[in-house]
Formats: sequence, structure tokens, C-alpha cells
Amino acid sequence: MADTIDPALADDAPLSTSKRQSAAVDAATESLIDKPAQGDADTLVGRTVTINRPRAELFAYWRDFANLATFMENVERVDMLDGARSHWVVKGPSGNYEWTAAITGEAEGAFIAWASEDGADVPNSGRVDFRDAQAGRGTIVTATILYDPPAGSIGRLIAKMFQREPAIQARRDLRRFKQLMETGEIATGARNRALQEEGKN
Amino acid sequence: MRALAWHGKHDVRVDTVDDPEILNPRDAIIKVTSTAICGSDLHLYDGYIPTMQSGDILGHEFMGEVVETGPKSTLKKGQRVVIPFTIACGSCYHCGKHQYSACDNGLPADNQDIGQELYGQPMSGLFGYSHMTGGYSGGQAEYVRVPFSDVGPLVIPDGIEDEKVLFLSDILPTGWMAAENAGIEPGDTVAVWGCGPVGLFAVQSAFLMGAERVIAIDHFPRRLELAKKFGAETINFEESATYEALMEMTGGIGPDAVIDAVGLEAHGFFVDNVIDQIKKSTFLGTDRIHSIRQAILACRKGGRVSMPAVYGGFVDKFPLGAFMEKGLTLKTGQTHVQHYMPALLNAILEGKIDTTFLISHTLPLEEAPKGYQMFHDNQNEVTKVVLKPGLALAAE
Repeated sequence: MADTIDPALADDAPLSTSKRQSAAVDAATESLIDKPAQGDADTLVGRTVTINRPRAELFAYWRDFANLATFMENVERVDMLDGARSHWVVKGPSGNYEWTAAITGEAEGAFIAWASEDGADVPNSGRVDFRDAQAGRGTIVTATILYDPPAGSIGRLIAKMFQREPAIQARRDLRRFKQLMETGEIATGARNRALQEEGKN
Repeated sequence: MRALAWHGKHDVRVDTVDDPEILNPRDAIIKVTSTAICGSDLHLYDGYIPTMQSGDILGHEFMGEVVETGPKSTLKKGQRVVIPFTIACGSCYHCGKHQYSACDNGLPADNQDIGQELYGQPMSGLFGYSHMTGGYSGGQAEYVRVPFSDVGPLVIPDGIEDEKVLFLSDILPTGWMAAENAGIEPGDTVAVWGCGPVGLFAVQSAFLMGAERVIAIDHFPRRLELAKKFGAETINFEESATYEALMEMTGGIGPDAVIDAVGLEAHGFFVDNVIDQIKKSTFLGTDRIHSIRQAILACRKGGRVSMPAVYGGFVDKFPLGAFMEKGLTLKTGQTHVQHYMPALLNAILEGKIDTTFLISHTLPLEEAPKGYQMFHDNQNEVTKVVLKPGLALAAE
């Protein structure tokens, strides 16, 4: 019998922090996230960051998906096909992955949800929520991503070795989003352009 | 440019390396006029700090002249500036509270992982102090790229020589914050463990904050002599039993506030910290905490403990019982340099604080390796080495 989350035992912690991954995936797809059009999306990643900027500004920047490549390290580019659909090119451990995603739900200034369409190299769906932080501390941004790891567990292991494991990557990408929004730039420890291009920090 | 580069344990060399460039809008390039070797640099020199790479440029105490500015920098070419060793953005929640060393954005995103794992949340970036603190090239060089130059650097009025203001970059604010964290009240007796630069500046600061008596503890006679010049009473722990001496000297009460300026003498991320992370499950991990343990036992009931000393990992035999039973308060942290710089500059300009006494040696940058060796080998005589990139040119 499938592992399910007993509402009586449920707490207020985000599903992405659940110790029971498969039950969390089920609960998430019931309440929070659409499943991608195909594939067996069984991995849930969630990260939250507080950004000292207004909600509307952060939402607007994210809503233009073409902007995501400025702070998502592995995203080569995202092209907006129309107001709701976008084409993604993402660097993977063994070549690029591509997919087309459609917005499945949104509320101005509050959340954006998307899911990949048929034929995705990495079937995935997700949402990003923007909530006011308490006492004027800016905006709490939570990205939740559900995906089907490429080439099963071996692909995930390879990805981990390349430090592109999605949980680590999501945290780093959100930090870069925060840096860009709060400071207007993305921090680098490099001394000059040549070292920066080599990826030296 | 010429720069002091780390190549391994006890192997630092002045190399010719590529110049720094403006990379981000808020950057500035500084031409260094004076830079100092910090006690914590010796731990890089001794090879204790992980994530160092051959060719890394050291130095986090430096000042100089602005030679280039990014479009969002507020500095002007030709201005003289002192650079805080903590790299902080000025825009995040923590910077808004003047907790600059806790800045969310000073560290490149990828370099934040280790701090997140070791400490729960990553701290700010630092100049010239390994890749865990950002991999930023340091100030023992002719030129430095300074990020967030609109909030960090402090502009120095013309006519004030470097020696008077250089230590605003680290050790003076660190000593001042140590005294501030001790919550000194008029009439207090304050005991300071360690008479290195931070301890000596803490002694000086404690008196300025109204301490009636300061008792300085060390074993280097030259350093105790400097503490005495500021009016401190001294305990040489090789000659006298420290706890007993403190109790007798305070009428059996103990000092009202105690300051531990010994610790690991590093700016964090000691190699044992990382090992501690591994050892913690086996309860083998321990920082060497003799001074903080003694400070807690000596401190009077209801007193205050200030810990500018750096501890990185886990401690064993921490006297938590004494700490609780006596109702002590502990304050600590990496220095929020940017917060303290302007007021301390004023204190220097008004003649209330003098920091020049500390400098025992001045060398051209080209002789930096000799400076490291001298400082390493003779901590009694060598209290501070200042390096001058310009001196080498003058000698040619």
C-alpha cells in the first residue's frame, strides 16, 4: 500500500522537508503542483529564500522566464514562445536538456506554476510562491520543483558528482536571485574577467 | 601587478600576476598604499586553513587610493580609502541592522554551501582568506578589486598618514567591538586574555568606555608592556596563577567583565572545524578553549563574557554549569567592521585613539615573505608588520 501522509500527523512544515518522499510527492501533486505531462516525476525539491525587495518586483522579474538564465547557472537560455509557454535549454552532466513548459496557474504578485509538455528531456513541473515576510522584511520566495531525474538514479548520481544535484542547484540559484534583486549584481570572488570565465571563485 | 601569493605551508612569494578588473557595477579598484600582516594570516602561512589554492593572494588589512570605479560605485578616483575586511552588500536585512559580518550577499552563491553546512547559515565574504570566505584576492598586492565599494570603503581626509588609520580595516574595530560586547559600566574591572593587537585595542577601548581597571593577561613581556602603557595591570600567566591572581586582585569578587582575545586567532574555518564536523558524532572534536574556560570561571557572578576570539567548531569541557549557575551573559561574533569605522575614525582624528604604537616593522611589499617569517618566528618583538607596495619603487 502506498505511503500516505496522515492528516492527523501532518505538521506545518513544507512538503519538501518531509522524511517520506513518495508520500510528499503524492500530497504535493494533490494540493500544490501539477504533474508534468509525461514521465514518472518522483523527486520533490523545495527551497525558500527571503529577499529584501517588494513582492511585485520579484514576481515581475521571474514572470519573464527569459530572465531566469541570469541567475540559474545551468540554464543556458529560456525563450518565451508566447505569454504562457516557454522553451528551456538546460546544461546537464552529459549534454543539454530541452523542454517546453506551459504556465498552469498564476496569480499576479503571488505565484507562478508551470509544467513541461510532451517530449521533455527532463519531465518537470513546479511553482514559485511569493509571500510578504513579516515586519517589512521583504518577500519570502519558495521554489518547489517536481521532476523525473534523467536516466533514473544513475543520472542523478552523475548529476550529484557534477554538483548539479537539483537541491543544491536550487539553493544556489535562489541565492543568486536574491543577490541580483537585493544588490543589483551577482557576487563573484574572481579578480578579473579571465579568472571569472574559468569559473574561479 | 606584484602580489603576495600563497603556495603552501611556509611558502609565500611575491609573484607577478594579472591585474584585477571591474567585474560588477558596484566594484572599485584600489591601488594599495599600506597593508598589514594579521595574526590570522599566520594560520594561512602555517597551512591550517582548508580550501586554499596555490596562487591565492593574501591580505585583509589594507588601504589605498581609488584608481577605477564601476558605474554604481560612489567613490571618486584619487580618494584615499580604508577597506573593511568583511565584504558586505549594504542592502540585505542583516546589513540593514548593521550586522555586516552576517551579510547574506557578500559570499558568491557557490561558496556559501560550506558555511550553510557548518554553521547553519553562511556568513559574509572576506578578503584574502581561502575559498570558503569567497576566494577574493587580498590586499597584500599593488591593486585590489573591492566589491560593494559604495558601502564598504571609508574615505580618509587628506593629510592623515596611513599608519594612523590602517587598522580601521580590522583589528581596531574588532578590539572596540570586544569591549562593547563586554557591556562595560563605569567603575568596572575588565580582564582581557591575550595582548595581541585585538586584546591591546580592547584594553584601550575598555578604558574609553569607562572601565576603572583593566587587567591584561599574556606571556609575551613586550606585549604586556604595551598593555601597561595604556594603564592596564598585568598578569604573566607563566609567572603567576591566573585565576588565583584575578580573584586576589579583585578582592575575591572576580572581574565584572571578561574578554577572551585568544581563541584560535583565526578568522574562522580552521581545519579542525571541518574535522570537528566529522568528529562530532564520535565526541572527539574539540577546539582548544583554555582561555574561554578560565575567563568564565574567573568572571564575577552575573558578569559579562565577550569573545572576540575566533572559535570555529565544537568545544569539549565548556563550563556550561558555571556559565548557567553564575548567570553570565556571552556576546561574540565576527566584527561588523563597517558599523564601527566612521566613529572610530573620528576618535582617531580627535586624538582619543592612537594605533601607531603597534607597528614594529615596515617593509616593502617585495619583502613580504621575510615579514611573514619574522612575524611567525618572533611574536614578542614583532607586534605588527606593515607592507608598502610603494617602498620598493622608492628603493629602485
